[in-house]
Amino acid sequence: MKIIVNGSAHDIKSASLAEALEELGLGGDTVVATALNGEFVASAARADTILAEGDRVEVLAPMQGG
Amino acid sequence: MRLFYGVQLSSRLMLGTARFPSPAVLSQAIRVSGTEVATVSLRRESGAERAGQAFWSIIRELGVRVLPNTAGCRTVKEAVTTAHMAREVFGTRWIKLEVIGEDDTLQPDVFGLVEAARILSSEGFEVFPYTTEDLVAADKLVAAGCRVLMPWGSPIGSGRGLNNVYGLKAMRAHFPDIPLVIDAGIGLPSHAVQAMELGFDAVLINTAIARARDPVGMAEAFSAAVEAGLMARACGPMEPRETAVPSTPVIGKAFLT
Repeated sequence: MKIIVNGSAHDIKSASLAEALEELGLGGDTVVATALNGEFVASAARADTILAEGDRVEVLAPMQGG
Repeated sequence: MRLFYGVQLSSRLMLGTARFPSPAVLSQAIRVSGTEVATVSLRRESGAERAGQAFWSIIRELGVRVLPNTAGCRTVKEAVTTAHMAREVFGTRWIKLEVIGEDDTLQPDVFGLVEAARILSSEGFEVFPYTTEDLVAADKLVAAGCRVLMPWGSPIGSGRGLNNVYGLKAMRAHFPDIPLVIDAGIGLPSHAVQAMELGFDAVLINTAIARARDPVGMAEAFSAAVEAGLMARACGPMEPRETAVPSTPVIGKAFLT
């Protein structure tokens, strides 16, 4: 299934957002926040969030800021 | 002492964490500055680089309180969603709310800002809005639930200091009980002293320290400046006058002509 992760196309096997993060190397205890098609998805909801073809996923992490 | 959402800060210098030459210099600058609050952001993470994970472990080791921002957001929805994501990642209700309205000056869109502040305050966030010195916008932010205001001194990263001293003094007088932080445009320790002398509660500095030739030395200089300005304010500065007043007594002066 093709989805867009952080602006780039990815072909993934996972069904849920939680599995997709694992597949992308951002699973486990990686500190990230996620959004699906512009809406925030809390970490507790990732396992129950099922992805669809063409979904836009944002995976954000702490970064330097002013 | 005015509290920042119930939190008493002994250091009145808040530090941005961007644009430092290296993570080591950032860590050292935070340490020598004595700051208790560092601003942070959220950006896209890649599984290959994991840059955000490395940065986050540095900040956690320093033990400072983090103030996540919504930098770069241009709409209410973007800012509110970013705040939700920041609350989960950083585990804090504090949010430095930025809704940018204009590219050349990075001036806040105060209309969007008030709306986003209202939504986030109602959801339990403790909002630090990046705003202008406009008193009407500031009043609306307070009505929306903000208990801290962060007016700009001048545009972000410009280093021009306090552009509108009259407006900032008016803001201080208008909000005697609200903590006020100068959030942008400070370029020199003298600007920070001035802000504190005017009665502001803190200054937030990033570029002026991060882009100095010696950021660690400059962090120390800003720390001393903020302390000096705070002490001066507490001591009741003299009022300026239009004409000279001799400081040496005139009575008893010898007649020598």
